Amino acid sequence: MEIRDFLSEEAVILGLEASTSEEVIRVLGGKLKEQGYVKEDFVDAALEREANMPTGLPLGGEYNAAIPHVDIEYVNRSALGLATLKEDVIFYNMVENDVEVPCRLVIMLALDQPKSQIEMLQSVAAVLQDPDVIGKLVNAKTTGEVYNILS
Amino acid sequence: MTKTVIVSCGTAIATSTVAAKAIEEACKAEGIKVNTKQCKAAEIPVYLEQGADLIVTTSQLRFDPGIPVVKGLAFLTGIGTEAIVKEIIDILKD
Repeated sequence: MEIRDFLSEEAVILGLEASTSEEVIRVLGGKLKEQGYVKEDFVDAALEREANMPTGLPLGGEYNAAIPHVDIEYVNRSALGLATLKEDVIFYNMVENDVEVPCRLVIMLALDQPKSQIEMLQSVAAVLQDPDVIGKLVNAKTTGEVYNILS
Repeated sequence: MTKTVIVSCGTAIATSTVAAKAIEEACKAEGIKVNTKQCKAAEIPVYLEQGADLIVTTSQLRFDPGIPVVKGLAFLTGIGTEAIVKEIIDILKD
């Protein structure tokens, strides 16, 4: 699966304790910035985007996910960050912005050329569509496990 | 006759890319010639002026574009994909 090729090891955070979507975005974005994948203003841009155009996705199973991301101008090199949350954190529905979506998994996408990364995007979609994989990710205890699940 | 589908999302990157690909594949299977144009929600009016048959969106549209709109979330979540593919094909076959 292409996801693991783009997943930044340092930006995999399991069982993150956070009470708001802003916190999750700051932590994940901060890690991607530390590793040089994204620019200084990526986190602020991601927070603003989430506030105006939320990325919560109801998956119809036990857990939901959010996929925060922004314009390519804030990205240096493509990478993904992944966080599983200790408890559900409220994001809002992508197509119905007033609807709450309690999320347990957050995959942050930093893409510098989205159209040429269609396989990676499709493998993110494939993960979202597999309740089994989502369940395993939410319960993973180590980064190594996460990579195994995604291969 | 080639149909034009505007595929829009918040930032014209991740979600519209996945949706556009899925739409192209579904149309190919039905023998429908389609042109997909990916854009941000804010850019829709520009593409509308050039002529389009349908908008598939993964973000909330805050205006009425005057042409059919289908919510494309299913292409990401996998929930209800068959239903929206049918809806899209029905609109384009018209």
